[in-house]
Amino acid sequence: MVSIRDLKRISDYEWEIPATVNDDMQVAVRIFATHNLLEAVMEDRSLEQAVNCATLPGLVGHVVVMPDMHQGYGFPIGGVAATRYPEGVISPGGIGYDINCGVRLLSSPIMHEEVSGFLDDLASALNHLCPSGVGGKGKINLTDKELEAVCRDGSRWTLKHGYAHEDDIRRTEEGGKLEGANPASVSVRARQRGRQQLGSLGAGNHFIEVEVVEQVFDQQAASIMGLKEGALTVQIHCGSRGFGHQICTDYVASFQKAVKRYGIHLPDRELVCAPLTSPEGQAYLSAMRCAANYAFANRQVLAHFARQAFEQVLAGKVKDWRLYQVYDIAHNIGKIEVHTVEGESIKVCVHRKGATRAFGPGSPDLPEEYREIGQPVLVPGSMGTASWVLVGTEQSMQRSFGSTCHGAGRLMSRAQAKKKIWGEDLRKALQDEGITIRAGSMAGLAEEAPEAYKDVDEVVDTVIGAGLARKVARLKPLIVVKG
Amino acid sequence: MFDKGFLITPGNDGKFGILRDMADRSYAGFEEKAHTADWELHVWGQSFCDLLEQALLGMNALSGVILDDQHRVERLVSIHFLDAEDLLVSLLNEIIFISEMEGVGFNAMACAIEDDQMRAQLFGGPIISLNKEIKAVTYHNLKVENKKQGLEAHIVFDV
Repeated sequence: MVSIRDLKRISDYEWEIPATVNDDMQVAVRIFATHNLLEAVMEDRSLEQAVNCATLPGLVGHVVVMPDMHQGYGFPIGGVAATRYPEGVISPGGIGYDINCGVRLLSSPIMHEEVSGFLDDLASALNHLCPSGVGGKGKINLTDKELEAVCRDGSRWTLKHGYAHEDDIRRTEEGGKLEGANPASVSVRARQRGRQQLGSLGAGNHFIEVEVVEQVFDQQAASIMGLKEGALTVQIHCGSRGFGHQICTDYVASFQKAVKRYGIHLPDRELVCAPLTSPEGQAYLSAMRCAANYAFANRQVLAHFARQAFEQVLAGKVKDWRLYQVYDIAHNIGKIEVHTVEGESIKVCVHRKGATRAFGPGSPDLPEEYREIGQPVLVPGSMGTASWVLVGTEQSMQRSFGSTCHGAGRLMSRAQAKKKIWGEDLRKALQDEGITIRAGSMAGLAEEAPEAYKDVDEVVDTVIGAGLARKVARLKPLIVVKG
Repeated sequence: MFDKGFLITPGNDGKFGILRDMADRSYAGFEEKAHTADWELHVWGQSFCDLLEQALLGMNALSGVILDDQHRVERLVSIHFLDAEDLLVSLLNEIIFISEMEGVGFNAMACAIEDDQMRAQLFGGPIISLNKEIKAVTYHNLKVENKKQGLEAHIVFDV
């Protein structure tokens, strides 16, 4: 067990677990948190899991943990770990089952006061047009050939089929398409699951939300992103659905043998990994990229349906009801990137498990209009609380492999939340605050109650204090649609 | 094909084998444990087949599945496994897959294990409703432990 005494304070926002705490640790762990947030996570196994991560072979720099950290399985949620390419390893559990779970933000010129009378209709239209719920199927049934095209082309597939605009693709991480995705590495089972779920939200903490821009902190950045105080935005949070879950399941199972073959000893079987250049590692990398591309396409199709909902309800009632892409980012992914570690520029495989890429200004990987301000970072809060738009910084490149937080982070278990909060009461309370809810299950709603999460403002203030991001705008929810 | 409820204990090679019919199933159950983000289930059973069945029932309870008892279904599954933990994870993931693809769930099972292969007969019905989606069953800190009264394990589900 890691105790607070094992931690070395670097600053008010940064702590270290030295590599000497455990004989098997390859690198130290750097935690971005205030003392208050740190105390909260001492209640669960987040830090123990971070120490376990630090035993992976081939790690460079530090294992980094974000302030929204909480206990996961294998990696803690909020964990970032980079292994040297090509000598290091890749761990499917370090990316997670919901491969490329991520967030998309759409802006609009629609002012809140123009549409306050139509929000209920808008909630119903979004709920009707965007398939959601447990095991929910999408409206698009793909043939195996079409699924393979989605795997290879990601959001580009949606552009070809009328679900996207060119600007949507340009303003998506990696242009909505990771290179090196080979469907041959995807199992029959994953294909079966994937064929029927494109364009579906799923359940759990996934949502579609309509917000109003409550406050702008950086006028220049907000203006470039198309965000204006008082205007509506739409946020979509979901991932690769059963397709990604099955790919991770398949490879975590097959890697159980791979670790034995490569003589890798780990403290937790969920951390199983294989050398990046091994046949197993290459196959997983390729399959994971297929799922990542599927998730980019999934959020794009949902954005298309959200646009239909806006048109259906608001056409003729406001001058311009269109929704414009701000950005789309992944927070569960493995990427081959170049970072400077101890003064040396090296290629690494960055595992982000509940952490968002936050590249700083000047990065050639960003759309031209964002190169001056840095990459947009989308940080959804818990249901009914604020969400944040940030931008990445030069410091995030130096200290966290160009990464920052991904949300508020859970504080309370689902069981505790259900015991403490009654879904229907919560729905009414949110309604009284002016938030319209559409949810598939009241029990599911209770699990996602704001009290079950950390204070997103404190999480954001921590990454700002640590220099990992800059504030652009704060969004206030008006409509929440959940599966 | 299989009688329900065999007592299974580790063989000399560390693998599990069927030894005898099970007489007493009083030591069997499951309970939810606190886990910040996902679900953790503590399951126990006198035999390994009991443990698997309790894990199945616990998973059903967590996801709030309601089955149609009027239209019973049966499925046979065959699983190759590395060890007890691998079998536990593989069986539950198999059930998640069947449930999603076919819209059926299970609430009873019988199993036979030989060397590194398990054959199980699953009994259930069409899913009427389901509250929560389980993405996958994980190997996180999973260990099937021999206790005085039988076997137990803690399973973490990604939800």
